[in-house]
Amino acid sequence: MSSWEIIQQSLPMFEKGFVLTLWLSLIGIIGSIIVGLICSLLQYFKVPVFHQIATIYVEISRNTPLLIQLFFLYYAFPVLGIKFSAQVCGIIGLIFLGGSYMAEGFTGGFNGVAKGQVESGKAIGLSRWQLARYVVFPQGFSLSVPAMAANVIFLIKETSIFTVIAIPELTNTALDLIGMYYRSNEYLFVLVVAYAIILIPLSIILTLIEKRVRYGSFGN
Amino acid sequence: MADKILQVEHLEKYYQKRHVLHDINFSVDKGEVVTLLGPSGSGKSTLIRCLNGLEAYQQGTIMFEGEKVQPNEKTWQQIRQKIGMVFQSYDLFPNLTVMDNILLGPTKVQKKDRNSASQEAVKLLQRVGLEDYQDAYPRQLSGGQKQRIAIVRALALHPDFMLFDEVTASLDPEMVRGVLNIIGDLANKDHMTMIVVTHEMNFAQEIADRVLFLENGRILEQTPSKTFFNKPQTDRAQQFLDSMDF
Amino acid sequence: MAHSGISVLLEGTNFTRLLGGLFVTIKIAAVALITGLILGVILGVLRTFKNRLLRLILRLYLEFFRIVPTVVLLFLFYYILPRQLNFNLPADQLATLVFALWVAAEMSDIVRGALISVPKHQRESGLAIGLNRYQLYRYVLIPQAMTLEIPATINLATRVIKTTSLLMLISVMDVINVGQQIIEANNHTHPTGVFWVYGLIFLFYFLIDYPLSWWAKRLEKRRLERANG
Repeated sequence: MSSWEIIQQSLPMFEKGFVLTLWLSLIGIIGSIIVGLICSLLQYFKVPVFHQIATIYVEISRNTPLLIQLFFLYYAFPVLGIKFSAQVCGIIGLIFLGGSYMAEGFTGGFNGVAKGQVESGKAIGLSRWQLARYVVFPQGFSLSVPAMAANVIFLIKETSIFTVIAIPELTNTALDLIGMYYRSNEYLFVLVVAYAIILIPLSIILTLIEKRVRYGSFGN
Repeated sequence: MADKILQVEHLEKYYQKRHVLHDINFSVDKGEVVTLLGPSGSGKSTLIRCLNGLEAYQQGTIMFEGEKVQPNEKTWQQIRQKIGMVFQSYDLFPNLTVMDNILLGPTKVQKKDRNSASQEAVKLLQRVGLEDYQDAYPRQLSGGQKQRIAIVRALALHPDFMLFDEVTASLDPEMVRGVLNIIGDLANKDHMTMIVVTHEMNFAQEIADRVLFLENGRILEQTPSKTFFNKPQTDRAQQFLDSMDF
Repeated sequence: MAHSGISVLLEGTNFTRLLGGLFVTIKIAAVALITGLILGVILGVLRTFKNRLLRLILRLYLEFFRIVPTVVLLFLFYYILPRQLNFNLPADQLATLVFALWVAAEMSDIVRGALISVPKHQRESGLAIGLNRYQLYRYVLIPQAMTLEIPATINLATRVIKTTSLLMLISVMDVINVGQQIIEANNHTHPTGVFWVYGLIFLFYFLIDYPLSWWAKRLEKRRLERANG
């Protein structure tokens, strides 16, 4: 069979993997943003006890590899009687990992708000909450957009690691096909193109959003 | 005796081990204009920032309108509504329009009605010649315009007392006069009580009732403005004046 | 009889084997980082030059490594080098190569970013006192860019270390692969061994990465404090 035929025949399988990659990424990213936002708010307001818990979580999550986090969820937890399907493990793992990255992104944005802005806010008598509401959060969120964009791309790429627990996303689909038919060139080509189709337009869109937000908030 | 707006007693401030303010004692009467002069690094900015609770101090007391200020964030937040402060770097909020910058304090902190607050804001804007810029964003303004808005933002809270921290230091030369005129106007027409940190000696001479001369974190002299500029009491102050070109 | 799981770590040579695997992991990360950083600095400097074609090629190089997930990169090299180019490398060296090229790509962007953020007047002042291009980079731009890029470089190192967890996918005998063998060999006698073995590996990674990222954060914080006055 010609390479072209090989590729054509594999497309329906890749399509499934493509959809699954997108779907898992989407849930993972939304979950990560929610977890990250909660953690960064707990840290910003220094909520007693919870902010320490958030800090410990963030440090553990961002300093260990997703692969081991997944192995833990998928292979070690069942020993304790906690069992999830592979896809649920994948999503939990991705959110566990992404939550800390997003938290760091938000926190970086809040901390990046210029000292003079905070002082001006204090000088007109804003309370801690008002300062956060009208000065730190609006500017901090804008400042965190580039980090968020990088995290989105990062998390989508991390879904390729799901292959280790046999979730049939893009990478797993390609590796399976290679294992079955031994045509590595063709399948790897499709795989790289598939990621390019997701990530190139996305990173262009994200760059545009970054520019617009930056201009909207800071005028440069 | 005139009402004292501010009394500072035995104030000491350290940055870690560095002793930056030594036994600061002075007071400001209602309606009085005090300028803080001294070489760079003498502690002028640190001192004026202490008076608004932006810098913590380790010893001493600050009394505002006769009451001792408890040095915690909650107390300072209340007091800051009565003390307006304008900074060197203007620091308008870039995410808000000029009008929203001005109204943030009156409507959110003082819970004033937005309509009446904005009528007042317009009057203040007219006073600084920027009534056409209500809906502009800070990025559309020049440095001098931003600084005038920053002054309006502080005045909108009806402060009893104003602090100006080198407000013209980062402006282009042609912008300086406009800003100084506004401050001069506040002093002469409104009899606003104020402390001004500045390097503009001519302006200091024009506006000040009294001069505090700082060096190395100590107040070396406190004298009426006339005396200070004609014949300061200390050699250090004389040297300082000689080194300034005015 | 089933033993308590933790004893699996202490039995026979298990613990030393895990440490041996960890050493393989660290060695690959270290060699890849060092070569990648050197190459990346060179590429980063080249990316600030005016030559458009050169810049385009290096940009494409960067974007390729940015877009393709590391797992896929590993497999690309794993399958394509030997089959297409007849270039056979042991898996650990292959992985080192892939990681080094990836580090070089990321590093080139960090270096470029730092170099272009050195104020323009610094470059002009350097030229004004008659420095040539090499001297300009050597004495003016690179030293100033350095402080900006150190935290990002450390963070890159932590990423590389985490990414070494993928080595097992191309059958390198890294710490995870060794761990899996131990788990399988002891599955009957130590059913909860999986928990402890993965727990230990988890801890290994944390103990290596946490100090690094703590250091990076501290440097960054100091830099911001200095910038903020």
